[in-house]
Amino acid sequence: MEAKIALTGNPNSGKTTLFNELTGARQHVGNYPGVTVEKKEGTYIHNGDKIHVVDLPGTYSLTAYSEEEVVARDFLVNENPDVVIDIVDAANLERNLYLAIQFLEMGVPVCIALNMIDAAKSRGVEINAERLSTLLGNPVIPTIARTGKGKKELITAAVKMAQERERKDPLKISYGDDLDEAILEMEKAIKTSNFLTDTYQARWVALKYLENDKQILSKGKGINPSVSARLEEIVEKVSLHLQRTLNIYPEAMIADQRYGYINSIIKQGVIQHKYDQNRLYTSDKIDKVVTNRFLGPIIMIAVLIALYQFTFTYSEVPVGWFESFFGWLGDTASAHLPDGLLKSLVVSGVIDGVGGVLGFVPLIMFMFLGIALLEDSGYLARVAFMLDRVFRTFGLHGSSVMAYIVSGGIAGGCAVPGVMATRTLKSPRERLATLLTVPFMSCGAKLPVFVLLIAAFFAKNEATIMLAITLISWAGALLVAKFLRVTIIKGESTPFVMELPPYRLPTFKGLAIHTWERTWQYIKKAGTVILGISIILWAMMTFPGLPGSRVQEFDNMRETVKVAAGETAVRELEASREETKLSGQSEALQNQLIIIDGKEAEEGLRNSVAGRMGIALEGVSKWAGFDWRTNIALVGGFAAKEVVVSTLGTAYSLGEVDPEETGSLSETLANTPGWSPLVALSLIIFTVFYAPCFVTVVMIVRESGSWKWGVFSMAFNTVLALVLATLVFQIGSIMGILVS
Amino acid sequence: MEKIMMRKMKDNQSGVISAIKVGGELGRRIRDMGLVPGATVKIQGRAPLYDPVAIRVMGFTLTLRNNEADHIEVEVG
Ligand SMILES: Nc1nc2c(ncn2[C@@H]2O[C@H](COP(=O)(O)OP(=O)(O)OP(=O)(O)O)[C@@H](O)[C@H]2O)c(=O)[nH]1
Repeated sequence: MEAKIALTGNPNSGKTTLFNELTGARQHVGNYPGVTVEKKEGTYIHNGDKIHVVDLPGTYSLTAYSEEEVVARDFLVNENPDVVIDIVDAANLERNLYLAIQFLEMGVPVCIALNMIDAAKSRGVEINAERLSTLLGNPVIPTIARTGKGKKELITAAVKMAQERERKDPLKISYGDDLDEAILEMEKAIKTSNFLTDTYQARWVALKYLENDKQILSKGKGINPSVSARLEEIVEKVSLHLQRTLNIYPEAMIADQRYGYINSIIKQGVIQHKYDQNRLYTSDKIDKVVTNRFLGPIIMIAVLIALYQFTFTYSEVPVGWFESFFGWLGDTASAHLPDGLLKSLVVSGVIDGVGGVLGFVPLIMFMFLGIALLEDSGYLARVAFMLDRVFRTFGLHGSSVMAYIVSGGIAGGCAVPGVMATRTLKSPRERLATLLTVPFMSCGAKLPVFVLLIAAFFAKNEATIMLAITLISWAGALLVAKFLRVTIIKGESTPFVMELPPYRLPTFKGLAIHTWERTWQYIKKAGTVILGISIILWAMMTFPGLPGSRVQEFDNMRETVKVAAGETAVRELEASREETKLSGQSEALQNQLIIIDGKEAEEGLRNSVAGRMGIALEGVSKWAGFDWRTNIALVGGFAAKEVVVSTLGTAYSLGEVDPEETGSLSETLANTPGWSPLVALSLIIFTVFYAPCFVTVVMIVRESGSWKWGVFSMAFNTVLALVLATLVFQIGSIMGILVS
Repeated sequence: MEKIMMRKMKDNQSGVISAIKVGGELGRRIRDMGLVPGATVKIQGRAPLYDPVAIRVMGFTLTLRNNEADHIEVEVG
């Protein structure tokens, strides 16, 4: 037989660990339709039965306040799983049962996994699973998800429940005379008119009306406004009464009574505490040091820098392999394809584009390994705790810090994993503000642009300028976040009611699966959307190309210099390879040819769609001090920021310039009229703020769940960058600062 | 016995919650995490900038911002 099992539980109860333990590599990660909540599914073979396992989002309750809760609830009513396995953290029984009894009240078949009994035991907590099972009337199976202990028994119990398929009556908790009376009255009204009863139990609907549940209220209004109004009337009446007599709202009363019910259960010999509940555990002792007023911040900075070093140092070698591989692939393709458009498309469009994106893979893997390590160990929650005060000032959340750091908060990160790292943020508004502002950080690809400009114009103050750029990006990101939070993403800050989980040693398996999932999502994107966009960008920089007559003229120019140099020099040059030493004559010829090639490339670029855009934009960009060459380079920078450097090289007819070796280009810039330190400064500011590269945009779309935010980030950032750069340039020009 | 707001509690001080004076999402979240009247709480410590605050309730640690702790009334002995 086949069975469908849903896993639920509080965050940090070991849900993911159990899911991985059950499904291993047979899992699939997707999204729930319409929301950015992740959906994980997998299969588990048990005695020949194929069991379909769905991992529902971790929640503390089943209200309609968060997307996760709505998703979990909807899944249960729409997909009707045969059994729900609720993973309960034995060390935190009371709070975890709060969710469990809400499932029981919904009337879904629940099998409880009493997880982390090892951790509970070491805290001196003993739980009598049988007693708990009798009292709740549902199976309770002790497990240790980390080691797989109890897994078999759990699934056996769950499958048995699925086979029996007996639907028990939903749990009925007494909510005090006033509420109970109101519930009865509402139930009657609901049943007689079959109000929502095809999907929900009548009593549950009544409870949700009392809890003022937005989702159920609006569903009810849509289906039968008159019954809905009648129910609201009853709620209104009892609510007034409760406020008058007990000064309490129905929803608060319901929560109190639920905890009261849990208390009454666990007091019947379910739980035994060997030690005082407030005793300091190892975890608390660690916290005394790690979140200490003075040591805490120091340790935090050290950990973040270590994460950074770890990621960028260790990923350097595999990134190098990827680069060499794609370099080799490009060379091979160049050697075997005939000159012309096809070659240009394959080499510059496909291989460079996809290679550039896949080149990040090792970096992303290491970055996520580092984050998974901090997250699974419990340290990330402490970082959020310590920094919340700062980030809240800007409408963000303590957990935003990770995304900023990863994106280049310490110069040299990457916004792509940065945007993906915002997943650890559970508050939707803070999360959106964070992912829209992380692209302002000084990512590794912007560094060559800064280095080029600093070398050309500020060589003496390199370190100071770099530091200033980092500070400007932080200030810009935080201020823009604040701006967004008071304008288009405005709204109350999400409560910081958050659990500080005990420190735990992460498991290798957990880390590996976590890291692989994220990396794989990235690779999948690179293969599809990103390939398409890099081909479009290539086409923009290539077409329409030079008219045939002009190409002919360049060919003629080459012929002329060749004739002038004489046949021997030409033959020597053609026969030579890179390392051969040339005679004076053929070297001069080579240089002349390079100059002509450069001129041709420059003209071709100028004539391309991107070039025409660059020229057309001069009207606006001149206010910031940029000419058409800079404009094209910036258009190219949309592919990846370091492309700004190579495109500038082409635009100044130096041929393609390697971003790592920019000496000749920075000299050219320093000596070109029209450039000045002020223009360089304006361009630096523009580069910090303008549209993120398209890979980042694709990730923003993915993580925010809407194209709207991708388009917004391109438009908003570019306008902001233009305004700031114009201010710098105009104020500088008027005051005569840095103009030469 | 005296009733004070949680924000006013000192580090390591414990007490019993007597009322949660807020509704809506915040009230819901506070209650969902087990902060209901009758629950014993103890202040574990505060972040380096004195906000948020970490408290111990039912054997686990929870964080709250000071302006959120302002809605929780605690009876301290
Ligand atoms: N000691 C012990 N640790 C466990 C057990 N099960 C899980 N853990 C650890 O608890 C931590 C949290 O487990 P997860 O599986 O990530 O918890 P989760 O419920 O999926 O949490 P979220 O991902 O936040 O929803 C991990 O570090 C696990 O290794 C267990 O039975 N005993």
